[in-house]
Amino acid sequence: MPDLLPALPEIFVLTLACAVLLVEAYTKNGYWSYALTQLTLLGAAVLTVFTTSADTVYAFNGLFVDDLMGDVLKLMTYLAAIVSVVYSRTYLTDRGMFRGEYFALLLFAVLGMMVMISAAHFLSLYLGLELLSLSLYAMVALQRDSKVATEAAMKYFVLGALASGLLLYGMSLIYGLTGSLHLAEVAATVDFRNQTVLAFGLVFLLAGLGFKLGAAPFHMWVPDIYHGAPTAVTLFLGSVPKLAAFAFVMRLLVDGLHPAVGDWQQMLAVMAVVSLVVGNLAAIVQTNIKRMLAYSTIAHMGFLLLGVLSGSYAGYSAAMFYVVTYVLMSLGAFGMVVYLSRGGFEAERVDDFRGLNATHPWLAAVMAMMMLSMAGLPPFLGFYAKLTVLQALVGAGWLWLAVVAVLMSLIGAYYYLRVVKVMYFDAPHAEPLVPATAAGDVRALLSLNGAAVLLLGILPQPLITLCAYAIQASFR
Amino acid sequence: MFEGIGILSLTIWVPIVAGIFVLATGGDRNADGQRAIALIGAALGFLVALPLWTGFDASSAAMQFQERAAWIPLFNIHYHLGVDGISMPFVLLNSFTTLLVVLAGWQVIQDKVGQYMAAFLIQSGLLNGVFASLDAVLFYVFFEAMLIPLYLIIGVWGGPNRVYAAIKFFLYTLLGSLLMLVALLYLFFESHGSFDILTWHRVPLALTAQILLFVAFFFAFAVKVPMWPVHTWLPDAHVEAPTGGSVVLAAITLKVGAYGFLRFVLPIVPDASRELAGLMIALSLVAVVYIGLVALVQSDMKKLIAYSSIAHMGFVTLGFFIFEPLGVEGGLIQMISHGFVSGALFLCIGVMYDRVHSRQIADYGGVVNTMPKFAAFFMLFAMANAGLPATSGFVGEFMVILGAVKVNFWYAAAAGLTLIFGAAYTLWMYKRVVFGPVANEKVAELEDLNSREFLVLGLLAVCVLAMGLYPMPVTEVMHASVNNLLDHVAHSKLP
Repeated sequence: MPDLLPALPEIFVLTLACAVLLVEAYTKNGYWSYALTQLTLLGAAVLTVFTTSADTVYAFNGLFVDDLMGDVLKLMTYLAAIVSVVYSRTYLTDRGMFRGEYFALLLFAVLGMMVMISAAHFLSLYLGLELLSLSLYAMVALQRDSKVATEAAMKYFVLGALASGLLLYGMSLIYGLTGSLHLAEVAATVDFRNQTVLAFGLVFLLAGLGFKLGAAPFHMWVPDIYHGAPTAVTLFLGSVPKLAAFAFVMRLLVDGLHPAVGDWQQMLAVMAVVSLVVGNLAAIVQTNIKRMLAYSTIAHMGFLLLGVLSGSYAGYSAAMFYVVTYVLMSLGAFGMVVYLSRGGFEAERVDDFRGLNATHPWLAAVMAMMMLSMAGLPPFLGFYAKLTVLQALVGAGWLWLAVVAVLMSLIGAYYYLRVVKVMYFDAPHAEPLVPATAAGDVRALLSLNGAAVLLLGILPQPLITLCAYAIQASFR
Repeated sequence: MFEGIGILSLTIWVPIVAGIFVLATGGDRNADGQRAIALIGAALGFLVALPLWTGFDASSAAMQFQERAAWIPLFNIHYHLGVDGISMPFVLLNSFTTLLVVLAGWQVIQDKVGQYMAAFLIQSGLLNGVFASLDAVLFYVFFEAMLIPLYLIIGVWGGPNRVYAAIKFFLYTLLGSLLMLVALLYLFFESHGSFDILTWHRVPLALTAQILLFVAFFFAFAVKVPMWPVHTWLPDAHVEAPTGGSVVLAAITLKVGAYGFLRFVLPIVPDASRELAGLMIALSLVAVVYIGLVALVQSDMKKLIAYSSIAHMGFVTLGFFIFEPLGVEGGLIQMISHGFVSGALFLCIGVMYDRVHSRQIADYGGVVNTMPKFAAFFMLFAMANAGLPATSGFVGEFMVILGAVKVNFWYAAAAGLTLIFGAAYTLWMYKRVVFGPVANEKVAELEDLNSREFLVLGLLAVCVLAMGLYPMPVTEVMHASVNNLLDHVAHSKLP
């Protein structure tokens, strides 16, 4: 009898995801699925908390690992998923998507992320990734009659499949080199005598990884998919999976290929710099806020890679702190776009936010906090995320990368400030934005989201320490 | 005093909390209440700062009123506050200016009153934080966070071209501070894991590292001062900002840059400072001479005062980089004096602008006929700006020139030109605006100062004259700290 306890949350989510499918079949009311989804995520959180320990536990013959970094990331995943589901409720109702399919797919996507986060083997890593990706393809296409959404889904699928192919090819090369698919064994037996195969394998792995992260030069899909997908889906796929993507990077590069750190550092440095440049420069010219945020995501992923490539515990925990911070901010920013969209109207142009301060000062303040935090300005949380990453970089001697990163943040500040400018300096439209009125809980949660970005910025210690502790405990 | 909360914390947090409270009272329906709360908050902020002056030990160069608590222990970042004779006067100046600004915006601002007042109060708290921080990250947080309220002040309540000015101001200053962030992180590792500024004063550094650090700090602080040639944001920002914004910008924000040179550059990289002093002096003299000439040809009063600010701040940086006690103290006195004088001049222009809605010199003439009280105040401040003896403007300039003579006669000669240029552009403007026959109907209909404006300008006039006639109390406070600072500069930190 194998010990299933470490995988209890995964089993729980899988069971209830199936249950959501059944509930949908018997009741035609989306609220049952909605409630059950929230309960599932809460239950998974409880189970994860109860099975947490500082020790690293393996299960399923080493396919599955339960460590502290995984637990923290999973808890953040549930939290982010819960928040995104609340944010998107009215949006989905207005567009006839408030049904069981959406929630079942969302739960399967969460399950995929959980598997990715806990993978200790190339196979489980790939399995989790595919479960996540396939669920996301379907979610993007959920609005069947929308031409842009279908096109986005198609594009996402084709490019995603290509990326998976590259990833698999890389894995197979590494397997050829080491004779093992277990990440720990790969790390133990990685062979430097055959430098060509190792480099080839790494290049393919990183290309696939770059696709999944949305890091340049493998970022082409990001703006189109963010733009084309229904905003509620963009909210989900633009924030939550980044946590799993971070875990993916850590498992692959640190758990599996840490001996080759000198090789992948160089490649990540190139990807990070290109991401920062492309993301920030391209975001400047966007008039659609979803596209703008998509390009900004690319830049943020560049920053995340900077943390990882510094190759130290400080760098890894900085990257983890960065990704958690990023998820909080992007939930708030996309949440606001979703909140201000109403039946038949998408508040997706930057111009739609004109004069928001005159009509809804509090909403404008929350959005402004998200933008300033993303720009990395103190006293908001985003500043400390950038600070920790830069500190790790300077500590590892990558001074020039730190200088490039801050110069690119300066460019980034411009387009975030433009949103603030539009909200505060411009006069409102004749027909101002009207947020959905019957959504007090959404409003409250958005306020909480904004408050978190500010308060965690004033007192960032707990979150930074949590990330540092989780990384220390998991990669000792 | 409150248990566990120090005076410096109060000077930071009282205005910020008051600002948040004003915001929480809602929209323009409660405008009167919001004004009252803002005034109470600003007054409280000034009152809690007063013990800094009365309780200050002028004989000591050590940091006083220190507070220290762990903030982010993982990175050894502390909530560490303290003031010495260099920073203490600026906390007071800032708290005082906030009071004036709230009063000055009382009637003029009718739109989004609460947000306007809150922005100034929060800004005030953040600026106090900049001057009181002894931890580099804490300093940086305040240093950058203060851009946000000022950005909103310029952008929301500014003139027609406000968006351009606000974004230019923000990005320009952000560029400098971001490079400084890398420098701070580098110093963290050089000092074996400390963000304590006072510890950094003792860290040995190689010359190349010092020069690179100098460049990074230079970008951050020279943009703020602003020194020629990175000054171009200032005229734009001043012209577009509302009166209160201009006052805070000129009186306090510019001082942050100069203060940064004293707190970071001179003591942390003394060898590089000496190495590059020639360059800094040259830039300062260019600001004094060339910008003085630029000011002469301005047709917009606010722009003229903005350029005159740059020229005066050139004096300040000149005083710092001749490494003479007289020069540094003169620079500091000049900073405080310029805070009063330029603030007062912007308020004067604001008084006229509120009535005529023009800042063009050509739109005025003969104002003295309709506004005699105002003309008298304006005269005093214009004279102070030109450096007339017995006003505060004279003291600082005189001390800097005296210091410069000791080092090199030609520095002093070039700097002395400012007395001529300053008199030329200020008094010529004054003549065109105030004297002569009444120029047009609008000027003929002007009403003289109301009691609120009289109070604001009167307070400033008292400060200008007091500092001009008896500057001793202020120089005394600085003396020990300045000597201590120059002692740091004199000792090489090369390993």
